[in-house]
Amino acid sequence: MTYPKPDFAEAAPVAVPAGASPPATASAAQAAPAAPKGPGAAGLARQAKAVAAAVLPPALTVLVILAVWQGVCGDSYDGLPSPSRIWLESKELIVDPFYDRGGVDKGLFWHVLTSLKRVALGFSISAVCGIGLGVLIGANRWAHRGLDPIFQVLRTVPPLAWLPISLAAFHEANPSALFVIFVTSIWPIIINTAVGVRNIPEDYRNVARVLRLSPIEYFFKILLPATTPYIFTGLRIGVGMSWLAIVASEMLLGGVGVGFFIWDQYNASRISDIVVALAWVGLTGFALDRIVALLGRIVSRGNAAS
Amino acid sequence: MGKAYLSIENLGVTFGHGAGASEVLRGVELQVDKGEFVSIIGHSGCGKSTLLNVVAGLVPASTGAVILDREAVSAPGPERAVVFQNHSLLPWLSVRENVQLAVDKVFGGKKSAAERREWTLHNLELVKMTHAKDKRPSEISGGMKQRVGIARALAMQPKVLLLDEPFGALDALTRAHLQDSVMEIQATLNNTVLMVTHDVDEAVLLSDRIVMMTNGPRATIGQVRPVDLARPRDRLAVAENGSYVHARAAVIEFLYTRRAA
Ligand SMILES: Nc1ncnc2c1ncn2[C@@H]1O[C@H](COP(=O)(O)OP(=O)(O)OP(=O)(O)O)[C@@H](O)[C@H]1O
Ligand SMILES: [Mg+2]
Repeated sequence: MTYPKPDFAEAAPVAVPAGASPPATASAAQAAPAAPKGPGAAGLARQAKAVAAAVLPPALTVLVILAVWQGVCGDSYDGLPSPSRIWLESKELIVDPFYDRGGVDKGLFWHVLTSLKRVALGFSISAVCGIGLGVLIGANRWAHRGLDPIFQVLRTVPPLAWLPISLAAFHEANPSALFVIFVTSIWPIIINTAVGVRNIPEDYRNVARVLRLSPIEYFFKILLPATTPYIFTGLRIGVGMSWLAIVASEMLLGGVGVGFFIWDQYNASRISDIVVALAWVGLTGFALDRIVALLGRIVSRGNAAS
Repeated sequence: MGKAYLSIENLGVTFGHGAGASEVLRGVELQVDKGEFVSIIGHSGCGKSTLLNVVAGLVPASTGAVILDREAVSAPGPERAVVFQNHSLLPWLSVRENVQLAVDKVFGGKKSAAERREWTLHNLELVKMTHAKDKRPSEISGGMKQRVGIARALAMQPKVLLLDEPFGALDALTRAHLQDSVMEIQATLNNTVLMVTHDVDEAVLLSDRIVMMTNGPRATIGQVRPVDLARPRDRLAVAENGSYVHARAAVIEFLYTRRAA
């Protein structure tokens, strides 16, 4: 039991607040519906205040960054474009993400959507396999001894290093991209699931034994619910990593997707468009993370505390 | 032949093998009649939980045997329901679902779904937890959790009810309440109960007999003390009673003067 948590704090620092935040957010969510019960106006004011407290500071930060950026880059026409130049040069890209003129000349929404579809497929496969393997090495001592060292080595291979092998094996861009997503995101899922299974309290197992639950009943009634918080920690790290992997691998694979778009614009020297695309990539990754975290909270509600 | 309902015969338990082996229990002999309430008391770490777990089937006996109702115990099962020290409710299930899980498993083939639901509620009623049946374990107090744990065990209609320091983690007041509840329930259902405890008063108040264990390693039963008190017992009235005082003194004497038996 030396490997589990510290590894992930390194691999994705996001995961640490992830573990800590659900209780806090959950209580916030409970407080929110309670608010309207009180005197209407006061409740509304309080909600408005909460929203303002959450939105204003980052909005201000963005404004400050934009201002500094504008000041530093000014109106020069080489190097990094300033925010005002980005607006001038990439206005269409910013205001209309949905245009489609055929080929690769599409709005960013479509590029992101293509990448997301790949992530959805690749990540689903790795979630299923990852949870399965995680349960196996968590529950079986010999599987753990045999597989864990190999996983620990493989998980340190950078996503893009898999790409040549993947291309050699599949010959096509799409399955190669899927494989890279799969192979990038599966390790945190496996390892977190395994840790979860190994951490199932002895008491729960004793309850199952006294009740004579069959292995299948044990799996669905005890193991899976007891492991859910761990699984979702793994999924959350995994989805973030697969988003990192897809954008990078699309740059090399070409064809479609937001990664390809960035590379294409780079070759066309349209740095402004790249900045816009980066904003999309960041926001999409953020949304993915939040969606998985939310799912985890819904699925394991009331589970964390004992 | 008149053999006891629950019979522990020449029981020994050794953990580990070879040089690292530790013999925890040796030569434990105990007979418990049907409907009897027996407490096991002894110093921390002497092997009380181990003894209870062997009866539960959770720990295998190294020597000897446990025989319940003419059948040798070899694996855990619902006819030997356990109330664990730290309640061990499943946190993702509501109070009702925790009991329901046991009821569905034990009576799955024998009762209809409606009967099983009814039986679940009946057992929650028994421990006075109906009002919180839809709460999750994290939303109720420690005493309430322990009540639910007892309801879950009772709902299995066990031949013998095994309690491992069921009230150990509770404050004195809650503890007293639960002890009264357990006495009441035992008076109605006439369960056979084996209870591990640290608390001399609890042992004397609840038990028909008190089993005192010697210190480990190789702990065994040092002395068995019957408690001659009519039931129902009232904790206030009984405290003045001669039998109570004597039994209490005997247990304390055993625990604190003859510890190295
Ligand atoms: N699975 C195990 N493997 C090895 N040793 C064990 C195991 N379970 C218990 N022991 C040892 O057996 C001894 C008795 O433990 P047990 O839990 O039965 O004591 P206890 O009387 O219930 O103590 P307490 O009053 O503190 O609960 C202890 O020394 C403990 O370390
Ligand atoms: Mg114990």
